Amino acid sequence: MASEAVYTHRDPMLKKRDDFEDILEERRNSSDLRYALRCYIPVLYKELTPCKASELKSMVLQSDQLRYVINQLQQAIHEHPVVLLPSHRSYMDFLLMSYILYTYDLALPVIAAGMDFMAMKFVGEMLRMSGAFFIRRSFGGDKLYWAVFSEYVKTMLKNGFAPVEFFLEGTRSRTCKSLTPKLGLLNIVMDPFLKGEVFDVSLVPVSISYERILEEALYARELLGVPKPKESTSGLFKARKVLSEDYGSIHVYFGQPVSVRSLAQNRVDRCQFNLIPRHIPRKPGEDIHSFVNDSAYRLVRAQEENMVLKPWVLLASLLLQNHHQMQVAEQKQGMALDELTEQAVWLRDLSRQYGAFLHWPDHVSPSEAVSSSLSLHRGLVRISEGRVQLALEQAGGQTRPGEPCSAVTPEEELLNQAVIILSCASYRNQALHIFLRPALLASAIHTASSSNKQEVYNSFSFLRNMFSNEFILCPGATVQDFEEACYLLVKTGVLQINQQEFVVTERGHRTLGFLTRMLDPFLQGYQVVCRFLCEDATEGLTEKQFVPAVRKFIIRHILTGRLRYTEVLSSDLQKNSLAALLRLGAVQKLKGGEEQGTLKVNKVMVNSLEDTLGGKLPTQKAVVARL
Amino acid sequence: MASNSSGGGSSDRQRIARQRLSRIAGHLQRPADGSSAIVAAECKAHGSQADVPGEEKTVPRRRQEIMKWNGWGYSDSRFFFNKKGQAEFTGRRYRLSGLIIPGLKDWFESTFGASLQHKTPATPILNSSAVQPPTLNEAFVEELKSTGIPLSHDAEDRVFRAHGHCLHEIFALREGKFGRVPDMVVWPNCHNDVVKIVELACKHNVCLIPYGGGTSVSSALECPPEETRSIVSLDTSQMNRILWIDEKNLTAHVEAGIVGQDLERLLNESGYCTGHEPDSMEFSSLGGWVATRASGMKKNVYGNIEDLVVHVKMVTPQGVIEKSCQGPRMSTGPDVHHFIMGSEGTLGVVTEVTMKIRPMPEYQKYGSVVFPNFEQGVACLREVARQRCAPASIRLMDNEQFKFGHALKPQVSSIFTSFLDGLKKFYITKFKGFDPNRLCVATLLFEGDREKVLQHEKQVYDIAAKFGGLAAGEDNGQRGYMLTFVIAYLRDLGMDYYVIGESFETSVPWDRVLDICRNVKARIIRECKDKGVQFSPLSTCRVTQTYDAGACVYFYFAFNYRGLSDPVHVYEQVEHAAREEILANGGSLSHHHGVGKLRKEWMRDTVSKVGMGMLKSVKDYVDPNNIFGNRNLL
Repeated sequence: MASEAVYTHRDPMLKKRDDFEDILEERRNSSDLRYALRCYIPVLYKELTPCKASELKSMVLQSDQLRYVINQLQQAIHEHPVVLLPSHRSYMDFLLMSYILYTYDLALPVIAAGMDFMAMKFVGEMLRMSGAFFIRRSFGGDKLYWAVFSEYVKTMLKNGFAPVEFFLEGTRSRTCKSLTPKLGLLNIVMDPFLKGEVFDVSLVPVSISYERILEEALYARELLGVPKPKESTSGLFKARKVLSEDYGSIHVYFGQPVSVRSLAQNRVDRCQFNLIPRHIPRKPGEDIHSFVNDSAYRLVRAQEENMVLKPWVLLASLLLQNHHQMQVAEQKQGMALDELTEQAVWLRDLSRQYGAFLHWPDHVSPSEAVSSSLSLHRGLVRISEGRVQLALEQAGGQTRPGEPCSAVTPEEELLNQAVIILSCASYRNQALHIFLRPALLASAIHTASSSNKQEVYNSFSFLRNMFSNEFILCPGATVQDFEEACYLLVKTGVLQINQQEFVVTERGHRTLGFLTRMLDPFLQGYQVVCRFLCEDATEGLTEKQFVPAVRKFIIRHILTGRLRYTEVLSSDLQKNSLAALLRLGAVQKLKGGEEQGTLKVNKVMVNSLEDTLGGKLPTQKAVVARL
Repeated sequence: MASNSSGGGSSDRQRIARQRLSRIAGHLQRPADGSSAIVAAECKAHGSQADVPGEEKTVPRRRQEIMKWNGWGYSDSRFFFNKKGQAEFTGRRYRLSGLIIPGLKDWFESTFGASLQHKTPATPILNSSAVQPPTLNEAFVEELKSTGIPLSHDAEDRVFRAHGHCLHEIFALREGKFGRVPDMVVWPNCHNDVVKIVELACKHNVCLIPYGGGTSVSSALECPPEETRSIVSLDTSQMNRILWIDEKNLTAHVEAGIVGQDLERLLNESGYCTGHEPDSMEFSSLGGWVATRASGMKKNVYGNIEDLVVHVKMVTPQGVIEKSCQGPRMSTGPDVHHFIMGSEGTLGVVTEVTMKIRPMPEYQKYGSVVFPNFEQGVACLREVARQRCAPASIRLMDNEQFKFGHALKPQVSSIFTSFLDGLKKFYITKFKGFDPNRLCVATLLFEGDREKVLQHEKQVYDIAAKFGGLAAGEDNGQRGYMLTFVIAYLRDLGMDYYVIGESFETSVPWDRVLDICRNVKARIIRECKDKGVQFSPLSTCRVTQTYDAGACVYFYFAFNYRGLSDPVHVYEQVEHAAREEILANGGSLSHHHGVGKLRKEWMRDTVSKVGMGMLKSVKDYVDPNNIFGNRNLL
């Protein structure tokens, strides 16, 4: 069973990680049954009085409860309606949240869950009983459905029956990168505030970080095109054996509640709702949309920032980079354990300087920390002769233990390797948000035609724009991001800025190299997608056919050695790059008629985007001039 | 109502007798055509002022003779804590006068965290030397003197006309600080005097600021600091006669300077009333009501000022504006009265008004209903409005205000009454299970003939019962209305002990009433906290008027400012935030206080750019040289 830690934001001045509390410690020594049967005494939610007279007794106890369990979440729950916004990496998220709130006698939330969970026997029922309600993944213009659903959520908020919980990212992130937020539900929970029906709404970003994710291999397969199995209970039971494995720890971090009122201050003119009765639904205006969108990004960023990173995340980044470098050099695979440890310590210090929320056990020696991380993920790495490498050869053998290796086609072997690579990448991705901005700058310096600040900015701005479907990059914050990246790189002695020129310092090359390599798979991936659209896309390619077709194209490229990044096979990357091209207008999606969903490619534009990504073309002048 | 009665005793009786006689005489001498009963028509000759029975009128030229210079109302009426720490109200003018209010101290100390040990006394005497010497336009003064219209540039007179009753205005006076004050005060006696003054002002380019009762709470009377011309305060208080009463059409023609209590009293003597009773009616003037679009407590029966006015005469720099007839309604383009009503002294001076009058009601009855919570109370008021059966006045106070009203209960004389009170309390809180920290009370006033009142009363109580309301007696109702007359005196008491506060109002559609009350009150509390106020503020509201489509909501807000370096600034920031909150929740900029200079910044958003342009173009035509330069509204 996984161990689990909870932290509630008490004092931001305290070092965050010192404050995790092991909530299972007590339970390890007592029976599960007693726990399950213990008296559940929720703190009164708002002023809602319990309906049963028998609960009167417990009301006396509540006042005691209140005295010693005072923390911000509780405060927030008492003052204003609360919306819990956990990150979504696993099925476990639902259960964990309810479990923690139960443990702390807080009101259990109502959870907006995807419809597909309902189909799961027993579990669906369990979720429903723990307060979940199920929503369709898309409404497809069903106005009544939308109306009923949004009214349900709003009533929950307005009357304060229970906190509302939903996932900003909309679905589980298969890559462990935060997904760009979905706005529908956020719109609904903000509406009562904007229309003055409640004084304020508190949004609580919750970051749940897993040392090892239950679904790790499952996700990788899914990204490679094995379709997501239908959520079923028997599936869950079959997966039970995975529970006997060690999955490390889970950290749950309740972020500082964000007040919608303070978010909206000076941003939204609430008077706009004065002229139409509030019950008449209206499409939110441009300003509301951009307000909700910005808020959503802020919240996802807050989730990212509070994610606890384990040493393994850094190791995975290093091992992946090493793997690709060795591939090119065709050297002996793997890294010496000492070297890995040295690099990990270097990366640990760097990431801390960049503000990472790193959970590195300080009381043990670095080599111990490294080896214990490696042993937890022994499915992904192999240690032989003191060298550490990704467990790629094993991959094939594991799936088909009986058959000889020769029976595997190169394509199958590649896919098997890709599972391992993508699993590793999903851990590396957890650290991406730390390095993203500096990495964009590093790549910009790399691709820009000169080291002139304006030139680099243009290049930065281009890359940032290109990748804004891939990573969490707050809309309209290009300048801030650029300045943040400059600040971090200058602070860590990587760069110097002399008279609008960037100068890379002697010791800065190591960091810059690491950062560019971090982003390189994505750069290459986007270029390959562009190349596919220019060279290989058939007339009348539809959106549905896109992923399989581009996958085939990429497999070909990898097998012929033209592309070294196996992780480009991730359908997530492929879809994101298509979305970016659609957004930029390089590809158009035809609507209506027989050609529904057909992609129309502007080859000239796609080609020039590809060249710009590869640094062959200078970036066009960025629109934002203020620097 | 009308808890104020001047003087008393035998002189009163004599006066009433004399008036009754003169009325009979008037009836006997009625002209043959009999169209109207003319009481007085001509302008008084300036020399013969002694003829006017001065003791009848409340407001003398020298206001300082009876009124406070740095607080609300009469000099002889004020609250104070006596040696035993009990609150007392001095004077003989009000029902509360001379009584001890035992509960006030505890309420005051517990609500504000104030203490009787920490005093902030006001500057006792108006220091004339601290007032800027007047900038006079000599030519104007000379010509004006030749007309014989009384004028003054005495410092006291000028200071009295330099302010309304906003918190910052009174606070500055208490500290003995004076900003820009008018350079001169003139007291026209009639319409023609005003015409002369305005002509001269135009001729000599002098800034005129009309002054009625001085009860503004919108900074409307503040002299614009940027004004370089000589500022003349045009005090209409001496234009206070009822010129005629037309019993056939039930109208009265009245000079605009008359204050509410005089108008009501004089009309009552003839058996009539206007029924227009704003909370400030003791001191506010008819002209002021017209200029700010005032609203009266009993508007459900009598209407607001715009419903009461039949004909208005206003003197503007372009001449006199008035309609040619007294038709009850006209379709002659936009109603020019609506340029006058709400013009806040920017276009001219209202001199004479023809107003609807009604026979005095035969029977009046107060009442009150207790509701388990504010939500139920609002639902009840909404239902009453839906059925259009609102009594003359219906007001719903929230829990905080209910407690406030309770704290103002005078000492009860008999053990029996206090026993009864205890019983009532027990019945409501224990037997009926009302939470004393949530219940709220609606106060009612019924008017009409006895039978109808009783019938009406039953109808309203039946509706209330549907919303869990319990009738709570006449006494509670009456005390509720008394509160509105003494609240301004109470503010002065608070200011003696580090507590500052004010009220403000809005109107809002029914579906938003609860939301606006909750949100504005919460916003006030939050802003106080954010601005470093050390003690939790009093933040309370009441629904004071019902309409078909909405209601008028009144907020009271006060806090203890100990520990703040600039309390007035904090106060203003909080009030500003509260107003933003009101607007964001669908409330209006003002229901009846007006815009003045205090709320000018929101005018454009309120009436739209085009609306603003319309108002500006009217101003540009009527007063191109900005003679009426108080800079309100626009």
